[in-house]
Amino acid sequence: MKSFEYTVKDELGIHARPAGMLAKEAKKYESKITITKEGKTVDVTKLMMLMSLAVKCGQTVEIQVEGSDEEVAFEGMKAFFEANL
Amino acid sequence: MKHLNGKSVYKGVALGKVLVLKKEDYVVKRVKIENPDEEVKRVEAAREKSQEQLQKLYEKALKEVGEASAAIFEVHQMMLEDDDYNESIENIIRTQEVNAEYAVASTGDNFSEMFASMDDDYMRARAADIKDISERLVRNLSGQNGIDTEFEEPVIIVAEDLTPSETVQMDKDKILAFVTVHGSTNSHTAILARMMNIPALIGVDMNLDEIQSGTCAVVDGFDGAFILEPDEKTKEETKAKIASEEEKKNLLLKLKGKENITKSGKKINIYANIGSVGDMGYVLENDAGGIGLFRSEFLYIGRNELPTEEEQFQAYKQAVQNMAGKKVIIRTLDIGADKQADYLNLDKEENPALGYRAIRICLSQPEIFKVQLRALFRASVYGTLSIMYPMITSVEEVMRIKEIVKEVKAELNASDIPYKDVEEGIMIETPAAVMISDELAELVDFFSIGTNDLTQYTLAIDRQNEKLEEFYNPHHKAILKMIKMVVDNAHAAGKWAGICGELGADTELTETFVNMGVDELSVAPSMILKLRKIVREME
Repeated sequence: MKSFEYTVKDELGIHARPAGMLAKEAKKYESKITITKEGKTVDVTKLMMLMSLAVKCGQTVEIQVEGSDEEVAFEGMKAFFEANL
Repeated sequence: MKHLNGKSVYKGVALGKVLVLKKEDYVVKRVKIENPDEEVKRVEAAREKSQEQLQKLYEKALKEVGEASAAIFEVHQMMLEDDDYNESIENIIRTQEVNAEYAVASTGDNFSEMFASMDDDYMRARAADIKDISERLVRNLSGQNGIDTEFEEPVIIVAEDLTPSETVQMDKDKILAFVTVHGSTNSHTAILARMMNIPALIGVDMNLDEIQSGTCAVVDGFDGAFILEPDEKTKEETKAKIASEEEKKNLLLKLKGKENITKSGKKINIYANIGSVGDMGYVLENDAGGIGLFRSEFLYIGRNELPTEEEQFQAYKQAVQNMAGKKVIIRTLDIGADKQADYLNLDKEENPALGYRAIRICLSQPEIFKVQLRALFRASVYGTLSIMYPMITSVEEVMRIKEIVKEVKAELNASDIPYKDVEEGIMIETPAAVMISDELAELVDFFSIGTNDLTQYTLAIDRQNEKLEEFYNPHHKAILKMIKMVVDNAHAAGKWAGICGELGADTELTETFVNMGVDELSVAPSMILKLRKIVREME
């Protein structure tokens, strides 16, 4: 399993639209990708659960990637967060 | 005439016929079914149809309100594909052996409930999105239509609530205003109304069954009023408001961002007068070059004790920050006379206009004055702040103010509190100040002529006294000569002079003032662009 921490810089946090894009992005990979905020973990591909985390600007989340393509998925997720959040 | 109130999400005015939109009371029935596979397939078909509809809405919104607002329909499409949401629907169908409509409706309720209970305004508003997609699915499952969004003539839409898709589907040119019972300022409907520049009121406490479509109504987004069956007077007033809004819009389009400059190249600053931080929106909206008179009295009036230094500091700081580097001239306490505050225990006076007021209170009670000065200097580091002292009649008063300012700065230095040296000026509103304006000009950075008091003191006319109206001439030569004298004396000392009284907004005099060399006019925000227009049309 690989993981990284990320502090959200987008003013609105992980609001509806980026959450949708994130879920879509995560579905591209075989690996199971989860996101944890303050001890609560949800599957990144599940848009509504992801939104329900209500991640705000300045909050730090941990992204965990586990599965057959975890190397690629890890890099992909990292790039996504840097570019969009 | 019936008066209702709501929260305004877009400031605008409308007059027209009401159209009450009621969703057909479609109650989703729970029906036992034999073939769950069949129901699951129906949901899939309905989802596909919904996706197509959303795609069309997205494209329509993209064209009409732009990418940022259209994105909501993209989000709706993504929500429709949410695994948990879809699994929940399928689960309910299979485990409870119920019809698809019921499964979708109860899933929608559960998910929107989850968002509605969140401790986050933005996410709470998302509950409406889940309702919207669920209703769409149910509609497509049952073959019923949504509310009819095609209408002949422009109308005021009245509804319980509007979903983003309903809002976007409507033809923009046929909507005068939105009025709803529910909704939040964060909701997409509110955002869309703002994008579409349509007056909108939400949270209006009304019973749709009691309102007839076709009734005449007024929507006033400025004071949040929804008036049914307005009388002729209200109608006329509304028409006048709409016309002036229209004029304002046109002026804005033409004049925003332009300089206040005559054809021959003479320039004048046009600033705004404001009475509280709350007026800031109008200042920015009307493209003021700065704030020429920030009346600090609002901090002192309508309360039981003096405002603290911190409270004042926050208000001044907010004002200079909002103006982002543009000049903000704050006038120190101008209380007394017609403006009273009980906690100051001011005696009742025979002649309050000539009494214990403004700088006279501040100089007699420096402990009050110092608190305000400290707050002002502390706020100075956040932008371009200037201080203006009212009701000056003598050089001695200015010298006393300077002493007190010196003490305040020494205190700030001693406690290592940062501040900037600011421009300090005085109001010229007594004939005495006019006559010695040459001496005063040497002591201060600028003059601002308060024409209301200056006129009353010079002409010896109480403006509240109706009997004196025939004797009252605001364009009296004496006043115009005084203004000229003050401007000349300021310029001779290398200082600037402006006008912040009502005369500054008198469009008949704008040309005279520019020719006199007045450097600045500070007026009500709504007058700024009108004056700019006059200046730009001058030779």
